[in-house]
Amino acid sequence: MATEFQLNGQAVTVDIEGDTPLLWALRDDLDMTGTKYGCGIGMCGACTVLVNGRATRSCITPVASVANATITTIEGLDPNGEHPLQKAWIKTQTPQCGYCQSGQIMQAAAMLQDFPEPTDEQISSVMGGNLCRCMAYVRIREAIKLAARELNGGDAVEVSATGGADNE
Amino acid sequence: MIKKILMGIIGLGVIALALFVVIAWESSIDPIDPPAGDQFTQEQIDRGEVLAGLGNCQTCHTNNPDQPYAGGGAMPTPFGTIYSTNITPDPETGIGQWSEEAFARAMREGVDRSGTHLYPAFPYTHFTRMTDADVSDLYAYMMTRESIQAEAPENTLEFPFNIRMLQAGWKLLFFDEGRYVAEEGQSDAWNRGAYIAEGLGHCSACHSPRNQFGAEDDSQAWEGTVINNWYAPALNASNQSPVDWTEDAAYAYLRSGGSPYHGVAVGSMSEVVHAGLGLAPDRDIRGLAVWLSDLADAGDGEQAASQAASAISNAHGGSNTSATMSEGERLFAYACASCHYNDPSNPNAMRPEMSLNSAVSAPDPVNLVRVTLHGVSQEEGMAGVIMPGFADAFTDQELVSLLSYLREAHADQPPWDDLEQTIQAHRQR
Repeated sequence: MATEFQLNGQAVTVDIEGDTPLLWALRDDLDMTGTKYGCGIGMCGACTVLVNGRATRSCITPVASVANATITTIEGLDPNGEHPLQKAWIKTQTPQCGYCQSGQIMQAAAMLQDFPEPTDEQISSVMGGNLCRCMAYVRIREAIKLAARELNGGDAVEVSATGGADNE
Repeated sequence: MIKKILMGIIGLGVIALALFVVIAWESSIDPIDPPAGDQFTQEQIDRGEVLAGLGNCQTCHTNNPDQPYAGGGAMPTPFGTIYSTNITPDPETGIGQWSEEAFARAMREGVDRSGTHLYPAFPYTHFTRMTDADVSDLYAYMMTRESIQAEAPENTLEFPFNIRMLQAGWKLLFFDEGRYVAEEGQSDAWNRGAYIAEGLGHCSACHSPRNQFGAEDDSQAWEGTVINNWYAPALNASNQSPVDWTEDAAYAYLRSGGSPYHGVAVGSMSEVVHAGLGLAPDRDIRGLAVWLSDLADAGDGEQAASQAASAISNAHGGSNTSATMSEGERLFAYACASCHYNDPSNPNAMRPEMSLNSAVSAPDPVNLVRVTLHGVSQEEGMAGVIMPGFADAFTDQELVSLLSYLREAHADQPPWDDLEQTIQAHRQR
């Protein structure tokens, strides 16, 4: 069954069974491998993408259910990979192994639309479903607050040319 | 002597039967050639389209979205299954030979063109309230639809319910024919809402319990009931939602498919909101909201905001860590809260708040079970927001834990006693 949708600003069509999870359509049919497979049952958040701007677990979302929807993956969050969250992630050297991080960033991007200046409780509650085996939670929280400052018109997050941390 | 008494009884029986046949007998109205489209003005047809939406005709009168109004929709009842009829202008299988007089009689008296009594699954008991002008406009719309040849399946009603003439007796008991009469002392908006809700919109057909004869039970009017495997909530003050159905909440729900204080429209109510009310002017939606908030005896917006804030704060409760959480609370924290967490002061309709959600406070768990298992499609609820179903993610036991937790921590209501059976019954779509 052919399903059409917008992926990162491009119209795409996948011709697969309608009950195939969106995650496999993205990774196997559309070569967007930034979105990761974690648990397959919507319990870890690694596969989070935006469907019509809302964070959605792609591993339990049938591709037919997003017909004509607008999907954004980590590849499409910012044309240059410089979304304030991505810069903040680099600045704070948040990732360790990195596997869950695209899901973390997509969830955080959606959260900042609903909670532009998130409190610790809001971050814990909304991000609680995005698990990180490396326990990077403290840095994730810091990076979200850093990005929120730029998104709210505060200082832009500066990342050095080498892309590394400033060893602050 | 005994013979005389017997003869007397038989005689009385024959007279009673004859009287009943006289009461039950309805004349046939002559067939016509299907009216030409240009017999109606475009304005009339357009108004009729809005009315067909207010009446939500298309939901029952088809079983195939590509064949609107072609009939065949199955309506399970305690007496057997009734199939909706073809109401396209097809002369053989539809209503193409029906004059406006025949159409008006069907709408208002529940009798088809040939004089046969219709079953009240077709809510003529409500449509009888419609004005002449609305019946006329609806006729114009129906008679200008694409003509589709489709014979509805035979009803599977058991004896004696399959004897249509007996419907005349049902009508004597339960049918009150007559147009809507405006209530004095109520605003125009209120009367507009009541006219739609009690007439064409036939809201109580789902939202009121029925008696053993399948008639709406006036003693329990608007108290909510399960129908077609969805719970249609109470619309009066007995509604269990923690926040009152204020005029603004009702307007938001009926116009957009979601209220920040109650949740989103799914299942058949989603069809009512989107396919049904989508074309209706704001004036009609506002009227429904005014009437509904009065029926629900709702307080003002300030009170609603404070009811919401306290319900959300109570649900957030203590600062549990995952080690001390129950299984249900843990599942909620990992699988649900990313979308369903809200600030007490500002619940967001796009993040349906469980401590305010009608499905969590409802007396029957079926809505919450079905949505958790099968999700909310783009077409349902609020435009563009989907919820994936968790049927493949959770076992029955995990769902029992999760939904029992929600009921306990997010609603001020007693536990459901049929949760597990409901989950098992609805795991398959």
